[in-house]
Amino acid sequence: MPALPLETAGKYVAAAYVVFLALVLVYVAIIARKVGRLERELSELEETDAEHER
Amino acid sequence: MYARALKPLALATAAVSALAFTMIFFWAPLDADQGFIQKIFYLHVPMAIVALLGFLAAGVMAALHLRTRDRRWDIRSYVAVHLSIILAVGVLVTGSIWAKASWGHWWVWSEPVLVSFLITFLLYAVYQPLRFSIDDPGRQARYASVFAIAGAAFTVLNFVAVRMADAYTHPRVFSQTGGNMPPRMFVTFVVALAAMALVFATLWTLELGSKSASERLRRARRRRERDADRAELAGAGGERPRAGAHADHSPAAAGTATASR
Repeated sequence: MPALPLETAGKYVAAAYVVFLALVLVYVAIIARKVGRLERELSELEETDAEHER
Repeated sequence: MYARALKPLALATAAVSALAFTMIFFWAPLDADQGFIQKIFYLHVPMAIVALLGFLAAGVMAALHLRTRDRRWDIRSYVAVHLSIILAVGVLVTGSIWAKASWGHWWVWSEPVLVSFLITFLLYAVYQPLRFSIDDPGRQARYASVFAIAGAAFTVLNFVAVRMADAYTHPRVFSQTGGNMPPRMFVTFVVALAAMALVFATLWTLELGSKSASERLRRARRRRERDADRAELAGAGGERPRAGAHADHSPAAAGTATASR
């Protein structure tokens, strides 16, 4: 096949890079949500500890 | 441990990725045959190499787990497989996009490289269901390790078998006699590969940090519950429960907070 013109090739190239970026971003968002949940649970644990100390 | 390594790794990843993108789009020459569409090569091939190396690394870590019985190696192996599967999805999708643009088809079943990569991906897609179908943590780790070792051996065999196959429709950039890329393309490819390896290392460290923090929190909770039970028993025996029983565990919880950050 002959090389695609830049306008058409650009769309394919952009699509490939967007797929990669989306994969990384979704992954990081999932891990960030997990870490957020852990921090919440930890502060709950600390609060109950503080209550017991009182 | 992981939290400390994460910051420099993330910074290095951002810097090398920025350099790689700049080189890909502003420095590397256009391919005479494929034109602009060849820019996908700098993403697709490093992603495939890193995914396959991730599967191999997971096999090595699994072997270390079986050898030392240290659960941390199993978790490291699990995270490596997990990340490699995600990268493999990226390889299949970007490969399809490239195939459509240069061959006119989204998928070519007669192409051994594509099909062998799909088989490797499907093999590893079984890893997670297998792992989480076993309740006992010890057995789960052992079975997952055996799977990861077998999978790594299969990945190597698969790679060798494909290299020995006759059909060469897939672009073969590296041969035993050396690469056939112009120097600028080759340097750009090496930087893109380094960036992809750093992305893998950063995400691996990030997920391991989150897993380690979650494990420490779980352990702190269990210890707290045990102490509360003991305090209750002591109270029933005429002794007053000590308020400090709970406070004793705040350092563990504080340590978890540091790791989760």
